[in-house]
Amino acid sequence: MLNAIGLQGIGVRRFIDERLPPLRDQRAVVIVNICGTTVHEYAELARILSDAPGVAALELNISCPNIKEGGITFGCSLQGAHDVVAAVRRATPLPVIPKLTPNVTDVASFARAAEEAGADAVSLVNTFLAMAIDVETRRPRLSNVFGGLSGPAIRPIAVRMVYECRQAVRIPIMGMGGIMTADDVVEFLIAGADAVQVGTANFVDPFIWPKLLDGLTAYLARHGHGAVRDIVGTVEIPDRSATTAPQRIST
Amino acid sequence: MCTLGCLAGQPLKSLETAARIVAADCPDCQLPGSIKGSQAILRGMPADVDALVLSNDRLSEAYNVVKLAAPAIAAAVRPGQFVMVREDHAGAPLLRRPFSVFEILRDAAGEPTGFSLLNKQVGVVTRALYALEPGAHLQCLGPLGQPFSVAAPSGAAWMVAGGVGLAPFATLAEALRAQGTPATLFYGGRSVRDLYYAGWFERLGVRVVLATEDGSRGEAGLITAPLQRELAALPAATELMIHACGPTGMMRAVAQLAQALGRSTEVSLEPVMGCGLGGCYSCVVPVRTGPQAAASQLVRSCLHGPVFPGDRVVWNELAPAH
Repeated sequence: MLNAIGLQGIGVRRFIDERLPPLRDQRAVVIVNICGTTVHEYAELARILSDAPGVAALELNISCPNIKEGGITFGCSLQGAHDVVAAVRRATPLPVIPKLTPNVTDVASFARAAEEAGADAVSLVNTFLAMAIDVETRRPRLSNVFGGLSGPAIRPIAVRMVYECRQAVRIPIMGMGGIMTADDVVEFLIAGADAVQVGTANFVDPFIWPKLLDGLTAYLARHGHGAVRDIVGTVEIPDRSATTAPQRIST
Repeated sequence: MCTLGCLAGQPLKSLETAARIVAADCPDCQLPGSIKGSQAILRGMPADVDALVLSNDRLSEAYNVVKLAAPAIAAAVRPGQFVMVREDHAGAPLLRRPFSVFEILRDAAGEPTGFSLLNKQVGVVTRALYALEPGAHLQCLGPLGQPFSVAAPSGAAWMVAGGVGLAPFATLAEALRAQGTPATLFYGGRSVRDLYYAGWFERLGVRVVLATEDGSRGEAGLITAPLQRELAALPAATELMIHACGPTGMMRAVAQLAQALGRSTEVSLEPVMGCGLGGCYSCVVPVRTGPQAAASQLVRSCLHGPVFPGDRVVWNELAPAH
């Protein structure tokens, strides 16, 4: 899925007044994804949400490719990522979870920067910057020219990035990117994700998550595991000559 | 063993099972807690049916009607509602596409057994729908969206369709005629090759007015011309509701003609939709906050539409794709 929807949030005040109460009533665990154009805005949002009852954690969007400023500009500089996370860390007692962009050369270094700045966990990956062209009109299919690519097309890259980050940090990882089946969930867990998120698949199948839970349960039972944590990071890399980790391929 | 274990052994293949899990009470485990959070969403969920293709009637090189077995959707659908469809095989586009429900199919006893889609080849999915063979399956999620309001029996109802925009009017015409409301269909297209099923509507007792831009059937010109004449001639005391579906320019013209004469309209917008469920925000349209309000806001046409009062739509701010 290639999208240029952007962030159609209703603003933090209306979110707290209109969206949060029904979620609280249903005892949902609410992780609020926030995005700002300055470090100060991120910190201010974090402070406001810390006072709102019913928020379990904050995810920092430092990776949206569809907004003009803020967001991804923090996620593409190690110093920027560090500064945003550190500022939010000082502003809130809530768990802080920066969501990393895959549009960088070495995503693990960003996970490390986030951990050093006090992040409680990291989410990865956001969408890949991408483009599609209508060959009949020779115009970009998106009026923004570029958009963010998600869905099954990106899953193997996301799995690789989760694996790389698992080697780099000790904090928990939420893995995501193209999960469509329970096997995809298991793959992310084995690669090193402590939890997963599912986005695009909900648009295709609104009943996807009961199916994923069902399949995950069946997998755990089939392999004799009592809990999800038993399979996290259990990828078995076959022993090869000098190294146990795969090398980056340079072309 | 509770976490995940409490769900073990319960197949979650259907909405009913999912709802049962939602209702299940397990104080120990965390997962059902998160499932409970979605209880309200699940309760109002549409049906996802792996519908068997019963027939594919190719009306021309562009248009076809696919009949599908889907009793759960057919029994629940109201005039103007839509389904999100996709072929469930590798290589099919990932996202579903929205289609108006066309005819309701019924068995000999009158029970709904399925529905049909009126399709015109324009893109990848509509070409695939044109090529469907009986025996194939189409994944259908629905019914979705806000239906047309069915006019009071005492008044009159006019339907204005442009080409494939005819689709939502089969169910509306049935509902109108079932309660004895006099109904007229104004049906326009580029040529006779864009007009089908006029006889189907006539057999229901609907008066049909045709127009084609090339004059190959009915009046030559746009369908808004006879509409405008009849609007002007209609006694002011006659209650009237006008429903329109077709190209954006046609719907806009209908809404503005009607508004100038103080008549109410409902238009069925057809923006690009990613999910049909309010999740993706790709189908937002600008809508005035009140009948006379200057202020407008973007609303998701899958949830708040696709049917909107014509005088609420901010026509000059609709994206070109609409």
